[in-house]
Amino acid sequence: MAKTLHFELVSPERLLMECEVTAVVVPGSEGDFMVYPDHAPVITTIRPGVVEVMGASDKDEIVRLFIHGGFAEVGTGHLVILTEEAIPVSELRKADIEQKIIDAREDLEDAKTDEQTRTAQEAISKLTELLKAAA
Amino acid sequence: MPNLKDLKIRINSVTSTQKITQAMKMVAASKLRRAQEAAEASRPYAERMEKVLTDLGHSMAGNEGASPLLVGTGKQDVHLIIVATSERGLCGGFNSSIVKLAKLKIEKLIADKKKIKILCIGRKGHLQLRRQYNQLIVDVIDLKHVKRLAFSDASPIAGRILKMFEDGEFDVCTLFYARFKSALTQIVTEQKMIPAPIAEANDEAEDDLGGAAYEYEPGEAEILEALLPRNVSVQLFRALLENAASEQGARMTAMESATRNAGEMIDDLTLQYNRSRQASITSDLIEIISGAEAL
Repeated sequence: MAKTLHFELVSPERLLMECEVTAVVVPGSEGDFMVYPDHAPVITTIRPGVVEVMGASDKDEIVRLFIHGGFAEVGTGHLVILTEEAIPVSELRKADIEQKIIDAREDLEDAKTDEQTRTAQEAISKLTELLKAAA
Repeated sequence: MPNLKDLKIRINSVTSTQKITQAMKMVAASKLRRAQEAAEASRPYAERMEKVLTDLGHSMAGNEGASPLLVGTGKQDVHLIIVATSERGLCGGFNSSIVKLAKLKIEKLIADKKKIKILCIGRKGHLQLRRQYNQLIVDVIDLKHVKRLAFSDASPIAGRILKMFEDGEFDVCTLFYARFKSALTQIVTEQKMIPAPIAEANDEAEDDLGGAAYEYEPGEAEILEALLPRNVSVQLFRALLENAASEQGARMTAMESATRNAGEMIDDLTLQYNRSRQASITSDLIEIISGAEAL
């Protein structure tokens, strides 16, 4: 059997996923990267995007999860992703997200303070990523 | 001596009180289990975060441009005291003991001529604190509508605290809550949140890294910058979870002893009831006998 990597996906509320995998694609803030077993130790921030977990089960399925940013820690033989929220891509609904983007755009137009503008912009960029993932 | 009817009424009322406390105990026990599970489930995240933070904190603490969240503002003039308590009463000394410790700290800081701001999370703590420190309380956060505490409940509170910090409204932030040890013991804890306390790196932790030097992307400073605000949310979230578990534990214990006390009271009252019943029968009999003798 091929060498595996111990993968953990953790949210503040609970351990979302813990399994042996063959490879994981992580949306790092400096660009996506793929983690195989024996990857060099690295700690990085993650932008909102899709994590692809390969070889999680015996099937050749790829588990795709959308995560709302966080941190990834690659150590010797393990990968830990800390995130606030993760949604399986299959559960994303395109129409819902589009509606939310429209709402967020309206928020941006209505925004009076810098603070509001910033939160609205953040929401839009997050939702756009989400839409890309859902497509 | 109370008459028979009064005693009967009292016995009935104590019995129904006992039923209520008994039910509350059961409810608290099942809520406690859930709260405990939630608190345990949050552990891996917090532990990982702490590890990374400790690592980074040590290499960054000496640097000039380190985040004020880590090294502080350089002043210690204004203290923000966060008092996390429950929304409901009937949980023994749970709220009082948290408030007591917080008050001690507040008095000490006042004696040191520091300025104090208080943020209450939970209604009960506010009710106890407002008598003495009403003008110091900046806000009360009500979590009454929250059935199951989620991270999304804690992060807006943390966001507020961070905003206050950015606006220079305080220098040091301390959180008071009860750490859950067991259903019988909850430990009231004072936790420093800002500046972030960095645990002393022990040799064991060094070994844990297995000599693997981490590479940081984009850079140590940037990661720390993103990590520290998150750490505040996580710490707050954990404290609230621990608090929720402690509250249920305290309530369970309190209700158990209330049920026991009610049981004792019922026994006493029943004894008294039977005695007075006998006494009245005896006196009735004496009256009849003496009446018959008089004839």
